[in-house]
Amino acid sequence: MTLARSLAVLLLAAVLVPLAAVAWRGSGLAFGPSDWAAVRFTILQAVVSAALATGLAIPVARAIARRSFPGRGLLITLLGAPFLLPAVVAVLGLLAVFGRSGIVNQTLQASGLPPVSIFGMQGVILVHVFLNLPLAIRMILHGWLAIPQERVRLAQSLGFRPADIARHLERPMLREVLPGVALIIAVLCLTSFAAALMLGGGPAATTVELAIYQAVRFDFDLGRAAALALVQVVVTGVAAILVLTVAQPSGLGLGLGQEVRLPGPPGWRRVVDIGAIGLAVGFLAVPMLAVVLRGLPGVPTLPVEVLAAAGRSVAVAIASAGLATAVALTLALGAVRGNPMVEIAATLPLATSGLVLGTGLFLLVQPLVTPMTVALPVTVLVNTLLSVPLLYRILVPEARALAADYGRLADSLALAGWARLRWLVLPRLARPLGFGAGIAAALAMGDLGVITLFAGDGQATLPLLIQRLAGAYRLEGALAASVLLVLLSFALYWVCEAGGRRAAA
Amino acid sequence: MTIRLLAAGLVTIATPALADTPVLTVLTYDSFLSEWGPGPAVEAAFEAECACDLRLVGGGDGAALLARVQLEGAGTDVDVVLGLDTSLTAAATATGLFAPHGLADATGLPITYADPLFLPYDWGWFAFVHDRKLENPPTSFTELAESDLRVVIQDPRSSTPGLGLLLWVKAAYGDRSAEVWEALADNIVTVTPGWSEAYGLFLAGEADLVLSYTTSPAYHLIAEGDDTKAAALFDEGHYLQIEVAGKLASSDQPELADRFLAFLLSDAVQSVIPETNWMYPAELPSAGLPRGFDQFRPASSLYLSPDAAASVRDAALAEWQAALTR
Repeated sequence: MTLARSLAVLLLAAVLVPLAAVAWRGSGLAFGPSDWAAVRFTILQAVVSAALATGLAIPVARAIARRSFPGRGLLITLLGAPFLLPAVVAVLGLLAVFGRSGIVNQTLQASGLPPVSIFGMQGVILVHVFLNLPLAIRMILHGWLAIPQERVRLAQSLGFRPADIARHLERPMLREVLPGVALIIAVLCLTSFAAALMLGGGPAATTVELAIYQAVRFDFDLGRAAALALVQVVVTGVAAILVLTVAQPSGLGLGLGQEVRLPGPPGWRRVVDIGAIGLAVGFLAVPMLAVVLRGLPGVPTLPVEVLAAAGRSVAVAIASAGLATAVALTLALGAVRGNPMVEIAATLPLATSGLVLGTGLFLLVQPLVTPMTVALPVTVLVNTLLSVPLLYRILVPEARALAADYGRLADSLALAGWARLRWLVLPRLARPLGFGAGIAAALAMGDLGVITLFAGDGQATLPLLIQRLAGAYRLEGALAASVLLVLLSFALYWVCEAGGRRAAA
Repeated sequence: MTIRLLAAGLVTIATPALADTPVLTVLTYDSFLSEWGPGPAVEAAFEAECACDLRLVGGGDGAALLARVQLEGAGTDVDVVLGLDTSLTAAATATGLFAPHGLADATGLPITYADPLFLPYDWGWFAFVHDRKLENPPTSFTELAESDLRVVIQDPRSSTPGLGLLLWVKAAYGDRSAEVWEALADNIVTVTPGWSEAYGLFLAGEADLVLSYTTSPAYHLIAEGDDTKAAALFDEGHYLQIEVAGKLASSDQPELADRFLAFLLSDAVQSVIPETNWMYPAELPSAGLPRGFDQFRPASSLYLSPDAAASVRDAALAEWQAALTR
């Protein structure tokens, strides 16, 4: 068995064993009366959100790929930021724009138009698009930048018009990249909890994750929690198989690896590109600025315990990101020939409910040690598990291209093991590796799944501390701490991302 | 070798300290632990007199505490659970994990509350909080339902205040509660998973009223010098939330746990409760109540006994869900 396969088996076990432990502790698998409605709603909003986020990301990614403008590099880096926002902070930011007294409604009111409400299905989709659109843009942009310059030059010398470029270069690339992007976003939306509920407007917007929360916390009905978690896993598994069959290698072939921009066509296409970038920047930046500016003044007044918690969070983030990068790289290199088991194993962890995973681990760990003593290691483990799918998705298209382009050459040179990694894989994949590690670090920074179950005396991470502040009326303090969290996450992300870019250059 | 010596040294230093100091582990909700919650003061005061190490462990909110204790079962390190409320005590009793506290009932509650297993340490009235600028705040559920005011509430499936509202409507309207929810449905802007999200939406201006406590305006008055918030007093009366603590039967420190429970009702704890937990103390402290705590006192209290609350919960939840999903 290859290393990738062994890792895939481990990942599957890490997802399924805790789930089985929860089901075993409960009385088998059982569904509650309104759970099917929750499943339907969850899948519907996930599919719509993923389709919208992916669809809207295409023109923006293309515009960024083929235009040069001041601040382009900064924009690409900043695109990681919304994804790093804690859900509650993202909601507050969106409310500053789309809420009752937000910018949009004030403008409507001033023009004598009726106000729009953010609450309801539209709000759920809005917040999911807000959080995931930048991720989609980044992942699709990687695809665009990976089109070999030789093909671009050839297209130019053949006098390709934009429509020809779209047909021969862009569509094959999108066919390879888009299914994976849509899958990852749909799965992220599948397990959404606070954001969906806050903007959902009522119990019609119940997600599976809320039903799990209720089953575990209020009813202590572990069988029901396990059944719901299993539904998430099965839906994701089916979706992952679908993606595997839809995604096709682009066949664009080998290039010398120099980044070259596609020609930016003049005329109305220029206007469209400027509009796409402008709208995306406005949609993403205004809510973030609104919330960061509100929280920033409170940061210096935060109590000292916040610093200790921030330190723990950074340590967890760095450890998780390192582990997740190693695991995802191994999987991606092993999945070059589209091994379905690796594909599914590398997607499922994202679909698992953090609460069920945490509860299952708690049940497994408790007979051996006091759960509190392993709070931080378990948090690292779970965050590694949850980050692998994203990293894998970011790495796998480029790992495939690498194998197709250089695999035979490397084999013929007997370039293997560490040497292959050092001289071929790491330099060629530095950019996606840096981006992925940054995303993984930031995800781990913001995680509030497992730590709530395990944390004991003096082990609180920053997200947990934010929850404590908010629960004690200190909402301004919580917001300030959230802004600190966002800044730290972004710093970690930036370091990884810039490191990857520098190594690639 | 060096490491082994170092470890041996550390063990030698640590052992007497461990042997001499008994550890009492108290599982409580997260906001109790925060620097501004009662936790630090309670820990310092109890450790000053108990010759023990009081370890306060956070476990989410009230409902999460019970789930945590059930998850850990009899093998738990937890000695005392602090922060359940009376909508959860029936389920907590049914687990069989709790032991009698043997203490006299607290006297500072608006009703007589006697439970052999659970000792109340603070309480409050649920209420809808609004800005004083709001003209004609509603004086009843019916008035609220007839108005076009916007309200945020918490989800009864994930939050204790949300569940409290469900019981409030049930206690006030009995069999007619479904009608009340249907009438209220168009006022409810959204339902949040927990108290802090709802309160945050209210402070951000997304709603006219938020489900919270009659003591919430006192927080703004005392902690922020802000007298702009008020609680709407309802003619139906206000539902009581009574927060309780209980000792686990599996505790390896039963005497210490008893001492801690008794300590909860002492002046040292009761005097810090109002301005850290923003609830009414279960025993009136010698210094009395801080200003602002007498601003909004309901004429009458509504309350369902733990058994009654447990028996109506599922039906009330179904009514709520049906009315708000439509």
